[in-house]
Amino acid sequence: MEYFVIIIGSIFVSNIVLTQFLGICPFVGVSGKLSTSVGMGGAVLFVLTIATMVTWIIQYYILNPLGLGFMQTIVFILVIASLVQMVEIILKKVSPSLFQALGVFLPLITTNCAVLGVAILTIQKDFNLMEGIAYAMANAIGFTLAIVLFAGIREHLDLMEVPKQMRGVPIALVVAGILALAFMGFTGLV
Amino acid sequence: MNQLKNFTKGFIKENPVFILLLGLCPTLGVTTSAVNGLGMGLATTFVLVMSNLVVSLVKDFIPDKVRIPSFIVIIASFVTIVELTMQAYTPALFDALGLFIPLIVVNCIVLGRAEAFASKNNVWSSIIDGLGMGLGFAFALTLLGGVREILGSGAIFGFKMIEGDLMLVFILAPGAFIALGYIIALINRFKKA
Repeated sequence: MEYFVIIIGSIFVSNIVLTQFLGICPFVGVSGKLSTSVGMGGAVLFVLTIATMVTWIIQYYILNPLGLGFMQTIVFILVIASLVQMVEIILKKVSPSLFQALGVFLPLITTNCAVLGVAILTIQKDFNLMEGIAYAMANAIGFTLAIVLFAGIREHLDLMEVPKQMRGVPIALVVAGILALAFMGFTGLV
Repeated sequence: MNQLKNFTKGFIKENPVFILLLGLCPTLGVTTSAVNGLGMGLATTFVLVMSNLVVSLVKDFIPDKVRIPSFIVIIASFVTIVELTMQAYTPALFDALGLFIPLIVVNCIVLGRAEAFASKNNVWSSIIDGLGMGLGFAFALTLLGGVREILGSGAIFGFKMIEGDLMLVFILAPGAFIALGYIIALINRFKKA
């Protein structure tokens, strides 16, 4: 039951992009085409889950026993940055086809605030390791859901007659706002 | 004159938020009021100036290959300083900004300026660049926060201006996207004219 609440809550009720404003950069930047947005979603799912797992272990087995809680930001960002590099190298060796699909998105993920944000939130919410992993995966799915929906809308938007000043980013942001409005309908679900 | 241009470019011509579209997460996340926007803007400005300063000082000693990780460590150190200082002296603002303070680390503007400007220029111009960009960011956040606050709760910097029920949606998440979309459209309108 607990896991069900975490998962539904992170995908719909407090969607990471549309209500918590994390990962807006890829959300606006890589949402031009449906296929690339699916790739980005897959890469985020992959990295977010591993990063949350690793940072959780570091926080509870290294930082807390040593009383180094204040080093959290520095340690986490370094771990995430090196983790992304490592994932890239391993993926290239182990699964070239998966690397083909996700490769271009991996470097972009280091600066995706969703990854660091979810890692810190997992610690702040006092989740245990399994809950943390469920939370990270649910958030990544929420991210994918939002970016894929948004990319679908933007593909249609390209065919529309939009006023000159609103073209591109402004209309995309307004559309994102309306999408966020729709997600507000989930408020109070869990 | 050149330094003046270097300083003012961050406000309108190369404004990080409105023109370059960098750092959108904190821009949308914390601007529920003008005060929060200003606080976040100033915290980012401090990190920007200090990291630009240090990066331009050590740029000759850092091997090219480990450039980006080194910059990230420098930035993360200053973010931690800001985080601890705000927690101690401005606890209310610290609670309001919450998660977005540690997230200054991954703000593309900070790393972007370190990489694009401070690693190529001298200390003095790097400080001016950081200050200009940071204040431009603060200006954008305060403007967006002000617009959302006045439309959503009829107040500005916490002072009540309009009584009665207003468009509450602008304080909530969707309003952030919509308000920023319209501000950028407006700027596009004047830029072309």
